Amino acid sequence: MPLITYREAVKQALDEEIQRDENVCIMGEEVAQYNGAYKVTEGLWEKHGDKRVIDTPISEAAFSGLAIGAACLGVRPVVELMFMSFSYVAFDQLFNNASFCRYMSGGLMNVPIVIRGPANGGTNVGATHSHTPENMVANHPGLKVVCPSNAYDAKGLMKAAIRDNDPVFVMENTLLYGQKWEVPEEEYIVELGVANILKEGTDLTIVSHGRCAIISLQAAEILQEKHGINVEVVDLRSIRPLDEETILNSVKKTHRAVLVEENKPFCGVDAQISHLIQFRAFDYLDAPVHRVSAIDAPQIYAKDLENWQIPNEERIIEAVLKAMK
Amino acid sequence: MATTKKKTAAKTATKKSASKTSPSKKPAKSPAKSPAKSPAKSPAKSPARASAKSSAQTAKKSGLPKDFMSAPINKGLSKEAKIDLYRTIIGIRRFEERSLRAYNQGKIGGFLHLYIGQEAVAAGIVSLMEENDHIITAYRDHGHALAVGMSMNECMAEMFGKHTGCSKGKGGSMHFFAPDKNYWGGHGIVAGQTPLGAGLAFALKYKGLKGCAVCFLGDGAVNQGAFMETLNLASLWNIPVVFVIENNGYSMGTSLKRSSAEENLAHRAEGFDMEWEVCNGHDVFEVREVANRAMVRARDAHKPFLLEIRTYRYRGHSVADANHEKYRTKEEIEEYKRTKDPVNLIREQLIADGTLTDGAAKKIDQEKKDEAEAAAKFADESPVAPRSEIQTDVYWEVDNDTDNKLKGTYFFND
Repeated sequence: MPLITYREAVKQALDEEIQRDENVCIMGEEVAQYNGAYKVTEGLWEKHGDKRVIDTPISEAAFSGLAIGAACLGVRPVVELMFMSFSYVAFDQLFNNASFCRYMSGGLMNVPIVIRGPANGGTNVGATHSHTPENMVANHPGLKVVCPSNAYDAKGLMKAAIRDNDPVFVMENTLLYGQKWEVPEEEYIVELGVANILKEGTDLTIVSHGRCAIISLQAAEILQEKHGINVEVVDLRSIRPLDEETILNSVKKTHRAVLVEENKPFCGVDAQISHLIQFRAFDYLDAPVHRVSAIDAPQIYAKDLENWQIPNEERIIEAVLKAMK
Repeated sequence: MATTKKKTAAKTATKKSASKTSPSKKPAKSPAKSPAKSPAKSPAKSPARASAKSSAQTAKKSGLPKDFMSAPINKGLSKEAKIDLYRTIIGIRRFEERSLRAYNQGKIGGFLHLYIGQEAVAAGIVSLMEENDHIITAYRDHGHALAVGMSMNECMAEMFGKHTGCSKGKGGSMHFFAPDKNYWGGHGIVAGQTPLGAGLAFALKYKGLKGCAVCFLGDGAVNQGAFMETLNLASLWNIPVVFVIENNGYSMGTSLKRSSAEENLAHRAEGFDMEWEVCNGHDVFEVREVANRAMVRARDAHKPFLLEIRTYRYRGHSVADANHEKYRTKEEIEEYKRTKDPVNLIREQLIADGTLTDGAAKKIDQEKKDEAEAAAKFADESPVAPRSEIQTDVYWEVDNDTDNKLKGTYFFND
C-alpha cells in the first residue's frame, strides 16, 4: 500500500469526489490559484477549473451562507475554512442556518455541505487561531462532526462527508498534514459513526480523537514498555454520530478509562464520553474516569508552554498511572 | 464562476447618473461623500437605467404619480391576473388581522411580525416569478408565503404550533418554508438569510439555469456584516440575485435616522459596484415595474441588483412591541393609511379601470375573511405533533434510514 501524507489523502478525496459528482465544488480562501493555504487543494484548480475550485474573498459569513443556499438547489459545496477558528465569524450561518434549516422547515430542506479545515493548537499562533470546536459543533443537533487522526481516515471520512446529505464538519490538523500513513489505491469509504481501535489492550481504555489519538498511541507504547501496562486505544473518528458501543465494550473489558482530547475541559467532547461511561458502565469501573484535556486557559502563544498546555505523552502517562492505582 | 468582473467606465457613469432617481440625501451630511451627486453621464448606455431615470423625471415634472399600470410589464396583465394581485394583497391583510386576533387570544405564541401595510411588495414581486426564480426572506414572512401560494391553513396552523403546520409546528411564525414553491423561508436572524439568497442564485448559475433569486430583507438588516459581505460576493461573482430592502422606516423601535448613517440605503450598492434603484411599495404596479427590470437584468445578464422599496408597517415590529406608537406618531401611521394603503389603492385602481366593481371587490374581501377565519378554526382544531416528532427532521440521513444502516448514536438523551 502506498504511503501518503494526510494532506495528500484529503486532496485525493476531494479530487475523486469532484470527478464523481458534477455538483461537488470547493470554495474557500486561497483554495484555487494559491493552491491552498496548507496546500491541501494543490493542483485542483489547475485540473478542474474556476467552476469547481473557487477562491473566495476573506468573508467567511458570506461564503459559508452562500454554500448553504446553493445546497438548497442541489450544489454540494465543500467549504474550506483556513482555520476552524474562523467558523466563529460565520457562526450564525453555520450554527443557525446549516444546522437548523432542516428542522425549522419540518424536514422540507436539507443542507448537504461539508465544512472542512484544520482545528488544532500546537502551532505557536496564539488563542485566536487554535480552536478545536468539535464540541460546539456536536452541541448543535443537525450538524455532524468527524476528526480524522490519520491519512486513511482523512480520505475515507472526507468522501463519506461529501456524500452525506447533512452538514458535516471535518476537523483536520495542520500538525498531521505532513505525516504519512498507508492508504490503499482502490476506493474506500470510512462510515460516520464508527470508532477505530488503534491498539488492543486489557488494562485500561484510552478514548481519544484527532491528533490526540496518535499521541495516546505513542503513550500507550511507552506504558507497555516501561510500566507493563497494556492500554487499549479507541480513536473515535466520528464525534457526532458517536460510536458509543465501541467505547462501552472497551471499558467493560478493561474497567478503567482515561479520556484524552485537545479541547478545553469544560463541556469538551470528553465530558459527554465521561457521562456515557458512568451512566452505562458504572458497575464495570474499578477507578474514576480520568481526563487529559488542554490546560484550561486560552491557548498560550509561547511554544514551550503550549506544548505543555495541549495533551502530550507525559501528561497522558501520568493520568494513566493515576487511574491504575 | 469566480471570475472578477471587468469594470467599464460606461457602467460606472450610468450608475452615477441613475442615482438621480433616488430621494435626496439628508442635508446634515456632506454631499461630497455621496457619489449620487455626480452629474449625469450617458444614461443611454444602460436601457434599464435610462428608462427608470426618465420615468421618474417625468413624474417629477408633472407633479403627478406615474401611471405604473400602463408600464409594459403591467399593461399586458389579464383581468384575472390583476384580480389575482388584489386577491393576494387583501388575502395577506385579512390573514394578518386574523392571526393578530389569535395572538391576542393566546393561541399563537412567541413573536408575531405582521406584514400589514407592506402587502404590495411581496404580492408584486412574487407575481413576477418565473419557473427558475426563487425567493427567501426574513422573519416577517407571512406575506411572501401566502403570495407564493402557501395555504392559510398550513400557515395559521404553524403559528398555532400544530402538526398540520407547514413546518409541523417546529418553526413557528418566523420560519415558513415551501421549497416546492421556490420559497426558502422564513429566517429569524436579521440578515442571516442574505448569504443564503446569494447561494440560491449561485446554484442557478452553477447549474446553467436561467433564473434569479430574490432576497428580501428589512431596513434593519442593512447594517449587519453578513449582508455587506454578501453584497460584495454577489457583485464580485456576478450572481443573479436581487436584494429587496423592504424599508419600513424602523428597525424594531429605532428609526432609520437613528440607525443608518446613510439613509438612502440603496446607495450602498455603489460601494460594491452594483446597480440599484429606489421605489415606493404601496402601489403594486410600481413594485412590479421596477422589480421586473431588476429581475430581468439578473436573469439575462447574471448581475445582482439592490432594490430599496419604501414601505410602511402599521403594527409594531412584533405584536409584543408595545412602544410602536411612542417611537412614531399616531398621525404618521394614520397619514400612511389614508394616502398610501396598498389594499385601498389597488381596489381603487381596479375599480377605476373597470377590472373590478365595488361589489366584486367586497365579495373577494369577504372570501378572504372567511378563508382566514376557517384557517384559524382549522389550526385550533388540529392536533399538536406527537412527542416523537421532537427528534425527527433533525438529520436527513436519520429520517431516510429505512434500512437501519446508519452507524453510531445521533441523539444523546439517557
